[in-house]
Amino acid sequence: MKRNAALIAVLIVLFGIGAAIRPDLYGDPAWVVNNTWVILQQAAAIGVVTIGMTFVIIGGGIDLSVGALIALAGVWSTTVATQQFGAAGMIFCALAVGLGAGLVNGVLIAYGRLVPFIATLAMLVAARGLAAQISGKQTQISGDRFINSIATTRLLGIPVLVLILAAVAGAAWVLLNRTTFGRRTVAIGGNAEAARLAGINVRRHTMLLYALSGICCGIAAIMLTSLATSSQAAAAELYELDAIAAAIIGGTLLTGGRGTIVGSLIGVVVFSTITNLFAIANLATEVQNMVKGGIIVLAVLVQHGGFHESSLSAWRRLYRRGSRLERSLHQQ
Amino acid sequence: MKPGETILRLSGVVKEFPGVRALDGVELEVRAGEVHCLLGQNGAGKSTLIKVLAGVHRPDAGEIEWLGEKAEFGTPQAAMKAGIATIYQELDLVDEMSVAENVLLGHEPRRFGFVQKGAAVRGTRRILKNLGHDELSPDRRVGDLPAAGKQIVSMARALSHEARLIIMDEPSAVLSHDEVENLFRIIRGLTAGGIAVIYISHRLEEIREIGDRVTVLKDGRTSAVNLDAKTTPTRELVRNMTGRTIEYVFPQRESTVGKALLEVKGLARKGEFEDVSLTVHSGEIVGIAGLVGSGRSELLETIFGARKADAGEVLMEGKPLNGIRGAVRSGLGLAPEERKSQALVLGEPIYRNMTLSTFAGMAKAGFTAIQRERRAARLQAERLELRPPDVDREVSTLSGGNQQKVVVGRWLIGHTRLLMLDEPTRGVDVGARSELYQVIAGLAATGVGVLMVSSEVPEVLGLSDRVLVMKEGRMIRQAQANELSEEDILDLVIS
Repeated sequence: MKRNAALIAVLIVLFGIGAAIRPDLYGDPAWVVNNTWVILQQAAAIGVVTIGMTFVIIGGGIDLSVGALIALAGVWSTTVATQQFGAAGMIFCALAVGLGAGLVNGVLIAYGRLVPFIATLAMLVAARGLAAQISGKQTQISGDRFINSIATTRLLGIPVLVLILAAVAGAAWVLLNRTTFGRRTVAIGGNAEAARLAGINVRRHTMLLYALSGICCGIAAIMLTSLATSSQAAAAELYELDAIAAAIIGGTLLTGGRGTIVGSLIGVVVFSTITNLFAIANLATEVQNMVKGGIIVLAVLVQHGGFHESSLSAWRRLYRRGSRLERSLHQQ
Repeated sequence: MKPGETILRLSGVVKEFPGVRALDGVELEVRAGEVHCLLGQNGAGKSTLIKVLAGVHRPDAGEIEWLGEKAEFGTPQAAMKAGIATIYQELDLVDEMSVAENVLLGHEPRRFGFVQKGAAVRGTRRILKNLGHDELSPDRRVGDLPAAGKQIVSMARALSHEARLIIMDEPSAVLSHDEVENLFRIIRGLTAGGIAVIYISHRLEEIREIGDRVTVLKDGRTSAVNLDAKTTPTRELVRNMTGRTIEYVFPQRESTVGKALLEVKGLARKGEFEDVSLTVHSGEIVGIAGLVGSGRSELLETIFGARKADAGEVLMEGKPLNGIRGAVRSGLGLAPEERKSQALVLGEPIYRNMTLSTFAGMAKAGFTAIQRERRAARLQAERLELRPPDVDREVSTLSGGNQQKVVVGRWLIGHTRLLMLDEPTRGVDVGARSELYQVIAGLAATGVGVLMVSSEVPEVLGLSDRVLVMKEGRMIRQAQANELSEEDILDLVIS
């Protein structure tokens, strides 16, 4: 909870910076409300992906293929052949492609014993290639009115994309905190061997985690298609890094076993707010990435209780081991 | 220093860890050019003593005299610099680096910050030649070498530091018969040059062959010093190792042995154990005694389904078991050897660790029944006298003994009818041990069958109805606990 409070403090600071740069805009309550929806709408697709990523990381893995899977699901669901089945067909196609590719990741990692980093890196490359092949490197226009209207419609004043994110996040919170699926995820990420010796089917569950991440990519693909009214093989580039970064600053432990849905969501919103701030202030995007990098480092340092402490305890651990490694580090 | 002169003398060395006095007044005298053997049961303090000499642990009291002067080794580097090299059981070599790089790791010949590869290779070759192993190329990748080769690299490293005392912790454990002969030849070469060797082994015949003098440790104290390695009778050595000075209280129990629960027939795993058959009845405690590396842990894990058997079968109440989940469903539970890495999810609360094998069964339609889990865990916490009894605490905050109770509690919640315990009291302090013994005895009284592995012979004898003795992967003796003495078992496993 403390770390979520720290992230919310970061959001308030960002808001204050915005108000200082553009007092004219931030002075107008109607603009602020609308801008908040803009920020959340921009956070929606990456937010859904980050939630899938959070499960994978808590379970002790990593999924580098999410950006590529979004692109693949996007172009596959907007081919001429798929579009003739209408919105339902396109949504089904995006989800099925995401699920299928996620399952391939999962099978390779859980049953093929590939390291998650390598399996999903291979999927990243292959899925981008397949997406380019399917689309012929062309931007595919979505002709479906329903799909295209998702991004522009509001329900009860709330953008539908934000509602989708909220629904996914709510379901994910329940899944992680209230179901056996979530319990298994935490147990496996915390200590896979202990989970196995307690009778948990570690392999099957690991496979399902990547399938879940794949489905999230399918959902995000529809959201991005709706926003752009088109799809292309180069869509969602570097989403994997944004999703990992958001989960990490949200408090998810990269070594597994710990993480929260709420933390990841706030992490996504922090990044989205920075992007928004730079757009409003008309600042160069190069600087924006530098700021993001700084925030990742800062957030993790705060979570570890500061630079000094963590580095000290790391040295102490090394020392206790009394290993040759340590000796060679010290010896001049 | 001439051969025969004392180079190392320890007097009254004490080392305490929270809850346990690992060394309690150790005496040791080592002379240049001798092979001094250290003998003692598991937990007698041998490892701690080595670490004190290697500069890893600082003694709390007592004196170390090195080359006639009072010495203190605050760090491993200081001990190394003074001329004490330690070769640990798990060799600390870098697999990806070459032989020469490993031998000279940390003190490579350098010029202007660049490693002089030619000089390094030449220096390594010279050392290897001294060891009688000039066939070993300094350019070979260490990871490709067999265990014996790695040991030679470790020894070469010790020599590269101009060590005058080399400590070897069970060097023969990973070697074949011929390789041991070769190791002895090297050791003889070293001692002929005036280097002293502290040699640790559980194999008495090796001590007889290579050793000059023997010092025996028991419960952190020296129980005999400077015995003649060649002529001291085995009975006398064993007597010095046994007979606890710390008496554990073993619960009095009426043995109520019921029907056969677990039957193991001709179980084998290549290189680990072979042809093991045993039966555990309900209400019975069966203890397996044997040295580390005799295949005991592997046996338990194979019975549990965590390792695949090469031959033989495991039956629970007459029905064959299928994998870990099958075993758990049939009422089998395992409290593994490495509690932290194999049994507990350290970042999770106690109750979730206790329900790790049962939460899915308690859940309704995939939703966890957290309150029910807490209640079940609280019940066990009370029954096992868990301290503190707060089941929402992170399990990592508990002491070793209480963590073990959490693992036992896990299987109790699951109504396990046959519990396998692998070194149940490792890392558990003296007070908590007696409590665990009570718990185990209490389980048996309710009809649970217990199959227990322990390196501590008194524990096996004090707790079990029946004792199985394992040596090098084979069951070499089976008897009622009251028919065997501590000496009998030690005789069986070390000679």
